[in-house]
Amino acid sequence: MALWQNLPFAMILLPLASAGVTSVLRGRAARWTAICVIALVTGMAAALAVFMQGYGQSYPYMMGHFPAPWGNEIRAGILEAVVALCFSAVMLLSVLGGLRNLKRDIRTDRQNLYFVMCELTTSALMAQVFTNDVFTAYVFLEITTIAACVLICANSKGRALTAAARYMVLNLVGSGLFLLSLSLIYDLTGHLLMSNIQEKMAELSAQGKYEQPITMVIALVTIGLGIKSALYPFHTWVPDAYSMSTPTSSAILSSLISEGYLFLLIKFYYRVFGMQVVLETGIANVLFVLGAFGAVMGSLLAVRQTDIRRMVAYSSVAQIGYIYLAMGIGTPEGMTAAAYQIVAHAVCKALLFIAAGGLSDASRERQDLPHLRGAFYRQPVAGAAFTLGALSMIGLPLLSGFIVKVSYAEAAVGIGGKRMAGVLAVLIVSTLLNTLYFGRAMINLYRLEEKKIREQRRFRCGACFAISCALLAAVTVALGVASRPVLEAIRQGFQMFG
Amino acid sequence: MAKQRNDYENSWFPRLKRWIAGGAAVLDDRVADQLGRPAPEEDASAENYAFYEAERAAQRLEDEEREAEMIARARAWREGRGKKLTRALYGVIAVALCVSVILLLLITVSNLPSFGGKDNPTNNEVPRRYIESGLQETGAVNVVAGMILDYRAFDTLGESHVLFIAACAVLLLLRVSDSGDPRERLEAEGNDQVYEPKDDIILQRVTGFLAPVILLFGVYVLFNGHLGPGGGFSGGAVMGAGLILYVNAYGFEAVSRFFTMRTYKALTASALGFYALAKAYSFFCGANHLDSGIGLGTPGAIFSSGLILYLNIAVGLVVACTMYGFYALFRKGDL
Amino acid sequence: MGNLFNNYEEACAIILFGIGFTTLLLHRNMIKKVIGFSMMDSAIYLFLAAKGYIAGRKAPIIENGVQAVEAYINPVPAGLVLTGIVVSVSSTALMLALTVRLYRRYHTLNIDEITEMARKEEV
Repeated sequence: MALWQNLPFAMILLPLASAGVTSVLRGRAARWTAICVIALVTGMAAALAVFMQGYGQSYPYMMGHFPAPWGNEIRAGILEAVVALCFSAVMLLSVLGGLRNLKRDIRTDRQNLYFVMCELTTSALMAQVFTNDVFTAYVFLEITTIAACVLICANSKGRALTAAARYMVLNLVGSGLFLLSLSLIYDLTGHLLMSNIQEKMAELSAQGKYEQPITMVIALVTIGLGIKSALYPFHTWVPDAYSMSTPTSSAILSSLISEGYLFLLIKFYYRVFGMQVVLETGIANVLFVLGAFGAVMGSLLAVRQTDIRRMVAYSSVAQIGYIYLAMGIGTPEGMTAAAYQIVAHAVCKALLFIAAGGLSDASRERQDLPHLRGAFYRQPVAGAAFTLGALSMIGLPLLSGFIVKVSYAEAAVGIGGKRMAGVLAVLIVSTLLNTLYFGRAMINLYRLEEKKIREQRRFRCGACFAISCALLAAVTVALGVASRPVLEAIRQGFQMFG
Repeated sequence: MAKQRNDYENSWFPRLKRWIAGGAAVLDDRVADQLGRPAPEEDASAENYAFYEAERAAQRLEDEEREAEMIARARAWREGRGKKLTRALYGVIAVALCVSVILLLLITVSNLPSFGGKDNPTNNEVPRRYIESGLQETGAVNVVAGMILDYRAFDTLGESHVLFIAACAVLLLLRVSDSGDPRERLEAEGNDQVYEPKDDIILQRVTGFLAPVILLFGVYVLFNGHLGPGGGFSGGAVMGAGLILYVNAYGFEAVSRFFTMRTYKALTASALGFYALAKAYSFFCGANHLDSGIGLGTPGAIFSSGLILYLNIAVGLVVACTMYGFYALFRKGDL
Repeated sequence: MGNLFNNYEEACAIILFGIGFTTLLLHRNMIKKVIGFSMMDSAIYLFLAAKGYIAGRKAPIIENGVQAVEAYINPVPAGLVLTGIVVSVSSTALMLALTVRLYRRYHTLNIDEITEMARKEEV
């Protein structure tokens, strides 16, 4: 086994081991330990992606001395590498971008614990991405759940605490359903390893055995992860949690934790049940409807908001709906679109939340649109970053959002019929609504009378903030301009999944 | 004219403008403010203007009153009947949902392989190897211990970190430190003084006898994890319970002689660090097919089965500290 | 349907799960929600433990050197339950800590009232 093949293992274990160390460090030491560790993970993910490109197939990695059905196993392929790179990079940039707010919002003696949460979230996300064992997925899923709850309420604001409580209640239901479905899977197949379960599932479905339990299991996994990733009717905690927590937390929550659950769901569909079995149960159609509904409702609710971060939060709800819509299409093209959307949305939402944090800093820490009027002139870096992110969400060519919409349209044309019309209608409606509410936000950012513009005091943004915004914006543009290699990698990755 | 302006303000374009500006109230005031400023060249019509001004003010007052009344009515409805209605609706939907979930799951259960059967799908090659060669491969007499700390150690590593992250979370949420709100601190201490027993002679005597026994039993369970029922988690929980009993009898001051925040942090971090590093080493060796150089010893002896005993001790320390930490943090917000 | 009585242990677990689920959804009191959640999780562990059982066999701790599969029950669910219990202890602790925190601030356990008060406080 080549040395680089140890990279996934190191990406999981390094942040896990350093979390304990960070918990005893203080202030600056804790901060920079965490940032360095996450940067290292990002570097390793990049290296892994490069190596995987040349390797051309996925490989299993034994966690211990015993081969797979007996021991634990993780599995790395090109898709996993790309998603891991995206997640770790967004994590790093979110922490860097929100660093100044973090120092202000969270009590000094608690900051090291916040960074412990960041490290453990990184580790757990990596484990979720690479795992080849359903129970490992559950354990690390719980780490992200608890970490997310702490990230929401770390600044001790009243509404953040209540949002955290609501989040916990819904997530506990989700975890319960997920764990129940794992027990059922184990009972039906006798395995916990994804590859073996898939084999067994195909066998059972060919024999027509246990038809009803299998449908139930797939439904439970979908509902459990749907609740956890804030699919439309279960989104009640989202607006408060994303708008009241510190910007880093909202970026991590919206672009990493929800997307992590979604990636896990895709993985379950492909690697655990097998797409054929999932399609036979007709659950994809339910996902399609729920996703379409969520996409439209999220956008409609966003139009009504005057608080900029609440608006972005509802836009997240809409985008999650989008991803479910693509998964509901059920074809490989649909899944590719969903995976690409996961990557693009992760980067774009982090950019928007970090930039919105910067903008409200320059506006007496207020987040409502009237107070943000002319914020661009006070904080040009954040203003420009927000504009770019918003344009990408609207779907301007050369930005990642455009490629998302094109790949959705392609997937829709591929299936034809009523569902094609549905996808296209949702695309058009949500694009219009996006234009409406993001356009409105941008108008407010730029609107000011000529003579007042000169009066505006410039707020200095820190170097970390500027770097983070610039890099996230650059990635958004890069994903839009050079989308082909990413899409190609995702396609290859799905073939390696099979 | 006032009426005309009203019509205009309710037509689509100003409404769009208001929406763009982020809410009606703010812009209305501004527009009114600008409109209300008398233009300098309109001196001649000042009288005329004052008339309109008064009329408009009256109109606005009336509008505001009407609006306030409507808001009050809506709020009353929401807090009165509306609240009851939504709650009843929510209840009905929730019950319906739960009943249907239970029914569906019961149908599922009736279709599952039968309880306790020999030929169920779960009884395949996986448990066969655990039982038949677990003793030789892990050195643990307790097959479950061998399974969770050697075969499937990655899950267990994750699980210890779940406990660790929960401990950190509770610390972050409940720790009342000097820099925080002094009111919260006072309240926490006040509660502690009112509700918790102090200097209870019966409790102290019994604890003086029981606490060492409990702690010793915890250690026994811990060290016996690879030989029989027990292990890090159960042993740690027993030890934690012993500490909690001790603190109840003798108070926090007695415990703080040997167990403070510093000891807690140092113990947890070093035990977890050892655990993670030891397992990382063993994973790395396993995956790269290297010999880890850790002997298994004679099965059945205390010092056997490779890393399992040491991992059990590390886990036990973490669990004992965390259990006591939870108790202390919940009770008075500090260790 | 006949198998339902055969699988009585799983059926009990499911009913317990349902009771916990309903409690979690229906009650407005945070502590009762935590109780519901604990019941739900315990029910799943009962379910899992039932999955490991094989009629007439013993716990998987090797006795007298007997290493035949026929002697012991399936050890896998036991391991899963062990892991699961720790996870649910952690979630319960976090949830209770949140409850304590909210109670100290708002002096009520009703989640609706807390939300209402938090909203007013912010305005």
